[in-house]
Amino acid sequence: MTGKKFEYAPAPESRAIVDLKPSYGLFINGEFVDPADGRAFKTISPATEEVLAEVSEAGKADVDRAVQAARKAYDRVWSKMPARERGKYLYRIARILQERARELAVLESLDNGKPIRESRDVDIPLVAAWFFYYAGWADKLDHAGFGPSPRPLGVAGQVIPWNFPLLMLSWKIAPALAAGNTIVLKPAETTPLTALLFAEICQQAGLPPGVVNIVTGAGETGRALVEHPDVDKVAFTGSTEVGKMIARSTAGSDKKVTLELGGKAANIVFDDAPVDQAVEGIVNGIFFNQGHVCCAGSRLLVQESVYDEVLASLKRRLGTLRVGDPLDKNTDIGAINSAEQLARIRELSAVGEAEGAERWAPPCDLPDKGFWFAPTLFTGVSQAHRIAREEIFGPVLSVLTFRTPQEAVEKANNTPYGLSAGVWTDKGSRILWMAGQLRAGVVWANTFNRFDPASPFGGYKESGYGREGGRHGLEAYLDV
Amino acid sequence: MSDRIPVRKTYKLYIGGKFPRSESGRTYEVTDRKGTFLANAALGSRKDARDAVVAARKAFPGWSAATAYNRGQVLYRVAELLEGRRAQFVDEVVAGEGLSARKAEAVIDETIDRWVWYAGWSDKIAAIHGSSNPVAGPYFDFSVPEPTGVVAVLAPQGSSLLGLVSVIAPAVVTGSTVVVLASEQAPLPAISLSEVLATSDVPAGVVNLLTGRTAEIAPWLASHMDVNAIDLTGAPEQALELEVASADNLKRVLRPDAARDADWTITPGLERLLAYLETKTVWHPIGV
Repeated sequence: MTGKKFEYAPAPESRAIVDLKPSYGLFINGEFVDPADGRAFKTISPATEEVLAEVSEAGKADVDRAVQAARKAYDRVWSKMPARERGKYLYRIARILQERARELAVLESLDNGKPIRESRDVDIPLVAAWFFYYAGWADKLDHAGFGPSPRPLGVAGQVIPWNFPLLMLSWKIAPALAAGNTIVLKPAETTPLTALLFAEICQQAGLPPGVVNIVTGAGETGRALVEHPDVDKVAFTGSTEVGKMIARSTAGSDKKVTLELGGKAANIVFDDAPVDQAVEGIVNGIFFNQGHVCCAGSRLLVQESVYDEVLASLKRRLGTLRVGDPLDKNTDIGAINSAEQLARIRELSAVGEAEGAERWAPPCDLPDKGFWFAPTLFTGVSQAHRIAREEIFGPVLSVLTFRTPQEAVEKANNTPYGLSAGVWTDKGSRILWMAGQLRAGVVWANTFNRFDPASPFGGYKESGYGREGGRHGLEAYLDV
Repeated sequence: MSDRIPVRKTYKLYIGGKFPRSESGRTYEVTDRKGTFLANAALGSRKDARDAVVAARKAFPGWSAATAYNRGQVLYRVAELLEGRRAQFVDEVVAGEGLSARKAEAVIDETIDRWVWYAGWSDKIAAIHGSSNPVAGPYFDFSVPEPTGVVAVLAPQGSSLLGLVSVIAPAVVTGSTVVVLASEQAPLPAISLSEVLATSDVPAGVVNLLTGRTAEIAPWLASHMDVNAIDLTGAPEQALELEVASADNLKRVLRPDAARDADWTITPGLERLLAYLETKTVWHPIGV
C-alpha cells in the first residue's frame, strides 16, 4: 500500500431537472403575487455564491394579507371539510412529493449546500413520509388520545430554519393541516426555494386557496407573522435566542406556542461500545448536514479507558470524509449555508483555541469559491469552554472524557439545552439507566440522528417545548 | 357495428398471487337479483381452502416484517387502483346487489375511503394500542401489538364489496395474512378486487380469495389448525358450530353482530383491528 487516498472521479447529479425562475412572488391565497412594496432579495448557492433566483420580501401588509387568506380559508373551507377529505389532500401532496423527489433533492442541495446524497436519501424521503403519516391522522383524531372530537386552533404562523428547509416545512405543515388548521409559513431567507416549489405542489394537489400560504423574507417578516393578532398558533424552529424573543412577544396572548430550538447534545461512548460502530455514529452525529443540526452530537464524551483508541479511530475516519460539491454523489460534507454562519463557526473555533483546547482537522482541500469549513475536532476541552457550552452549528466536535456513568450523566446534563443525547454501550440495562438520567427529549442508543414521522421529537429546558412527530405531534395543533 | 359480441371474463379463485380454477373442477351459476345469468364462479373446495391457508402462511413472515410505513403505502396504492376501476365496480355492485347506479356509486366511494382509512392505521395503531408500563421496579417494560398470523374471513353476504373491504383491510393492515371467502350470492366484485390486489404491490399470498358455498368451506377453515383467527361475519346461522370448531386451536373469533353488520357505511371503530392483534410485553432491567 502506498498510503495514498483512493481517488474518486466526480459524479455530479444533473441540475437539469430543476427549472428555476428568475424571480418568485409570495404564495398567498393559492397564487403567486408580488409583495406590496415590491422588495426582493437574492438567494444564492452557498457552494458557488452564484445567484439562484430573486425572492420577494414580505412586509407587514403582505403578512397581513396572507393571514387574512388563511383565516378565510379556515372559516369557509378547511374547518368545514370532512376530515377524511382533508386527509386526501395530504395524501395527494405526499404522492406528488414522491413523484418530484429528485427535483426537490437537487434544488435543496443547490440552495442549502447539503450533499445530494443526504437530500436525496434522507431529507426528501422523510418529507414525503411526514405527509403520508399525518394524512392518515386527519380522520382519526378521535383516537389520538385528546378526548372526543378535538378542535383545530385556527390559523398557524410557522417560521422554519435553513438547515433542513423542506423537511422542517413538512414537520410544520403536515400535522397542522391534518389537525384542521390553515397556515402561513415563512421559510428561512437563505433557503426559500424548495418552499416555493412546495407551493406549486399545493397547486398541483388542488389544495383549496388560502389553506397554505408561504411568505418569504427575513427576521422582520417572521416577527410580523408571529406577532399578528389573528394568528392562533405559533410554531418556530430556530435559535434559542429567537425562541425566547417569541416567547416574550406571545406572552399574555391566547396563542399556542411550540418551539424547537438549539442543542448541545452529548454523545456518550462507554468502554464496552463497539468502537467502529461508535465512531460511525460520532461522525454521523456531528458531521451530518455540516453539523447544521439542532440535535447534533456536538459534545463527545468518551470513557477515559478507551479515549486513545476512539480518538485514533475517529481521526482516521475524519481523514476519509470528502468535502466539496454538494451535487457530487460522493460528497460527505457540503457547503456551510451562509457567509454569516461560516463567520460564526470560525469565530467560535478561534475562541476554542484561545481558551486552550487543541484543534485538529484532517488535511483537506476546500474549494476557492463558496463557504466551507473542514471537519474539525477539539481535544482537551473543559466544561467551561465556550465550545463546550455554545451551539456552534457547524462541523466542529468538542471532545471531553469521563470515568463513571454518574460523571457522564453530570457532564451531559451540564448545559442549558436538552434536545438530544447519544449513548454507546453493549449493556442494555445501562442504556435504559442513562436514558432515564439524561435531561433530553430524544435519546439515541447505539445510533444517532434517526428521524421518523411516527416518533416524537423535541427538547427539554432551553431547547424549547412541544413535540413534533407521532401522535404527540398532533397536540401542538389541537385545542386539547 | 353494434353487433359486436363482448369478451366475457372467466372468474377464478385468487391463491398465492395466482388465479387458479377450483381444483375440484366445479363452478356455480351467479345471477343478478332478477335471476339473469352473470357468470360461472369457481365453487371452491376443501382443498382450495387448505391451499389458500398454505399460501397465506407462506406470505406471513414477509408481510408482518415489512415496516408499518411500507404496508401503509402498499395498501394506499390499492385505494388508488380502486379509484381507477370505479366504473367496473359500480356495474358489478349494481348487478350483484340490485342497487341503483347512484347508490352503488356511493358504495364505491365509501369502499375506497374505507380502504384509505384502514391503510392509515398501519403506523398508528401501535401508538394508541401499545404502551410503556410503569412497573414498580427497575425495569423498562413496554407492550407492542403484533399481528396474530393467518386470518380466515367469512365475508358478509349482503355487502359484496364495501363489506368485503371492511373485513379484509383491518386484518392485513397490521400484518396478518388473509383467506377470505366471498359473498356466496354476489362474489363477482370480490374477484375483481383480487385483480386489483394482484396488480398493486400487495405481495402474493397476503390476501387469498375463495368463492363457493359458505356452509361447505367455512367448517374447514374453522377447524384448520394453521389458522390463527376467524371472522364469522358471513355465517351468522352457522356461527355457533364454527366457533366451537375454532376452539380446537383457540382461534381468535370475531362473532357476527347483527346490529353492527347491518350497515357497512358507518365508519367503524377499532374492533376489527384489535381482533387480530396480539400484545407482546418486553421487560428489560435498568441499571448502570
